[in-house]
Amino acid sequence: MMTTDTSTIDAVTPGKFEHPDTIANQAFGFWLYLMSDLVLFATIFATYAVLGRNYAGGPTGKDLFHLPYLFGETMLLLFSSGTCGLAMLAVHKDKRNPAMRWLAVTFLLGLGFIAMEINEFHHIILDGNGPDRSGFLSAFFTLVGTHGAHVSFGLIWMGVMIGQVITKGLTPPVQSRLLRLSLFWHFLDIVWVGVFTIVYLMGVI
Amino acid sequence: MFGKLSVSAIPFDQPIVMGAVGGASVLALVILALITYYGKWPYLWKEWLTSVDHKRIGIMYIILALVMLLRGFSDAVLMRSQQALAAGASHGYLSPEHFNQIFSAHGSIMIVFMAMPFLVGLMNIVVPQQIGARDVAFPFLNSVSLWLTTAGALLVMVSLGVGEFSKTGWTGISPLFEKRYSPGTGVDYWLWAFQLAGAGSLMTSINFLVTILRMRAPGMTLMRMPMFVWTVFTTNVLMMLAFPVLTVALFLLTLDRYLGMHFFTNALGGNMMMYTNLFWIWGHPEVYIVILPAFGVFSEVVATFSGKRLFGYKSLVYATAAIMLLSFTVWLHHFFTMGAGPNVNTFFGITTMMIAVPTGVKVFDWLFTMYRGRVRFTTPMYWTLGFLTTFVIGGMTGVLMAEPPADYLVHNSLFLIAHFHNMLIPGALFGFFAGYAYWFPKAVGFRLDETWGKRAFWCWLIGFYLAFGPLYILGFMGMPRRMAHYANLAWHPYLIIAAGGAAVIMMGILFQMIQLAVSIKQRNATRDLTGDPWNGRTLEWATSSPPAVYNFAITPVVHEIDAFMDMKEKDVVFRKPDQYHDIYLPKNTAAGLINGVFAFLFGFAMVWYIWWLAVLCALGMLVTVIVRAADDDTDYKVSAAEVERIEHRRFQQSTAAAMNSPAGGRIAPEIVPQG
Repeated sequence: MMTTDTSTIDAVTPGKFEHPDTIANQAFGFWLYLMSDLVLFATIFATYAVLGRNYAGGPTGKDLFHLPYLFGETMLLLFSSGTCGLAMLAVHKDKRNPAMRWLAVTFLLGLGFIAMEINEFHHIILDGNGPDRSGFLSAFFTLVGTHGAHVSFGLIWMGVMIGQVITKGLTPPVQSRLLRLSLFWHFLDIVWVGVFTIVYLMGVI
Repeated sequence: MFGKLSVSAIPFDQPIVMGAVGGASVLALVILALITYYGKWPYLWKEWLTSVDHKRIGIMYIILALVMLLRGFSDAVLMRSQQALAAGASHGYLSPEHFNQIFSAHGSIMIVFMAMPFLVGLMNIVVPQQIGARDVAFPFLNSVSLWLTTAGALLVMVSLGVGEFSKTGWTGISPLFEKRYSPGTGVDYWLWAFQLAGAGSLMTSINFLVTILRMRAPGMTLMRMPMFVWTVFTTNVLMMLAFPVLTVALFLLTLDRYLGMHFFTNALGGNMMMYTNLFWIWGHPEVYIVILPAFGVFSEVVATFSGKRLFGYKSLVYATAAIMLLSFTVWLHHFFTMGAGPNVNTFFGITTMMIAVPTGVKVFDWLFTMYRGRVRFTTPMYWTLGFLTTFVIGGMTGVLMAEPPADYLVHNSLFLIAHFHNMLIPGALFGFFAGYAYWFPKAVGFRLDETWGKRAFWCWLIGFYLAFGPLYILGFMGMPRRMAHYANLAWHPYLIIAAGGAAVIMMGILFQMIQLAVSIKQRNATRDLTGDPWNGRTLEWATSSPPAVYNFAITPVVHEIDAFMDMKEKDVVFRKPDQYHDIYLPKNTAAGLINGVFAFLFGFAMVWYIWWLAVLCALGMLVTVIVRAADDDTDYKVSAAEVERIEHRRFQQSTAAAMNSPAGGRIAPEIVPQG
């Protein structure tokens, strides 16, 4: 039954399947991660929906939120999404220096967003309205803070990637990582639109 | 410097705990000493600890699961013996404090550190081979998952000797688990152990979804995937969507306990029932996460040992998918008594009853697969038959409790305990044992001893009925769960029988250990030289046993549901190709293990408020990931000549085996049906 006659063997010609498409797999896996992260945010949003009016005699959203300030904060993040898109366009055209410049601008805009958020938190806590004051404030700090923590990790990631572009250039693996970073960054933008609407806009109504 | 940690954290005053700690420590020291004595550290480091090979990772997962099974079962024996003693005037030998830790640890370990690693181990070993792939999509991520899970398990083990474990059940009870009511370290151990293992499971799910959706051999359409791959796929969808909810629920509790927030407190705007809802939005899918892969194992086993294609393949696929969807719509049946109102309870009662329908479809499919088949009664088949009969009883008691008014009567009674053990022991554990016996020769290269396997099966089956049958009756008699002592002497005889059942199960576990020892001893007589010891139907049997590091020298092409059986019928297996080609495989890396060590120390530091260590370990994890992620040279080459050498040896082996076997090497002689 053993034979060296190979004409009937049914197998793939090598080269076609030998190297699995790593970059596409990574992008797809990252999409799946984003979907699970979306469930994470959805759960925290649901928590906020349950606890968002439990003021326990403490301040309400109306007392705490200043929309003009938050509008500025929001603009920083939204514009950073735009500049991130410009960075990716440069990456696709294999233009290293514009890509780095736009990444740096994105980084600074993101940093500005985080700085404004920390400043907002700082003032609310200084006024004696920390997250242990009421269910509402626990949910508020957790929802906004979880988003902020994601943005902060995005900033670390972006810093690392700027370093990789400098040292490695726009190699295929670096491009793959930049693609995923940009997915992450736009994703956080979309989540922020939800945060801004549900926490801040509905909070001051 | 050391936060809350001091020498007084070690419970020297509790002889039972110290005995367990001493025993475990001595055992660990003996193992470490033996490894050192035989100079096996380099081997262990190179071949196992730093390995990213899915087969090695799978075996390590299963070793973890078996070790934790012993720990979880010890807890069960303590509970059964305490309740057999602590009636009326006697208070048994365990304090209520200790008893509460035991039942919490038992549940936590059995679900998260026994069932989960067992199923993840099986799917690691089997899935890439069943779909004709070289490895999983992200081999390094796989290693990270393994070591995160191990770090969580280690935290649970450490809680035995340093501090205490949670006393609020494996599900956590709000607001009892809040800082105010549980100031000790127990709840924190539970929290961080679950968080680490949960993060590992989430990464596993993404890894396997990409593997299954994008790395199947050419020709293997979704509807040609082996049933086990289908069940693993649905399980991973559930893991990906359910685990983030657990992460959030535990994270919010962490904020409550560490920063004084008010999510689940009963003051200042917290909401206790929100915890219960969030927990079970993960918890109910989790039941199916552990059961569905076992259903997949039963499907493979029943088809192979009936010598027939699985009956109603498509209906099984759709039933599995239906269970996947429905499992997200039934969580509230865990707390009908919360008082959500008749409409809400009715909705969840109906969805719960609905989920019995696809499960029933599966049972009939398995029965009809056996019908008119040439059934070979091997150990995996014993587990399958034991499952079918026992599981149906558990299913019926579940439908009983799906009726909210009936549930009110038995809620939190031993009836419930009997019910879910009746689902999970046959439904999940028997399936894992069946898979363990079925794929053992594939993973390790020789078969497990059948005689001891069957003895173990009978002990488990009879022990199960003895241990949990009385609990159904006790539930009807009104006995609540989790009692360290009771005054009603009418319950006493039943609890003695239940303790006897636990003793019989203990014999079963003992026999499984003997089985392993006997099988290793006689391994030269039971080696699987063909790679196909059971006359299997799916692609994992096309590789050698144990498989070469690259699984398939040449990627197979699939034309049928039972791809390997199809190849055997067309007589195109065991042939040499024209030429071999270079194969690229992922290199070993220590980064996954290092990350796990940091994760463990991070969890430990958080439990004991050692903030500097926690910060250091968090940074350590971050740096490990960044350094590893910057590495673009992660593959190595197995040259075509090397592949040819390995494959040539295999052909020689299988031909020799074929010569010696009357069935042409396809069926091992001792399992050919007689007469």
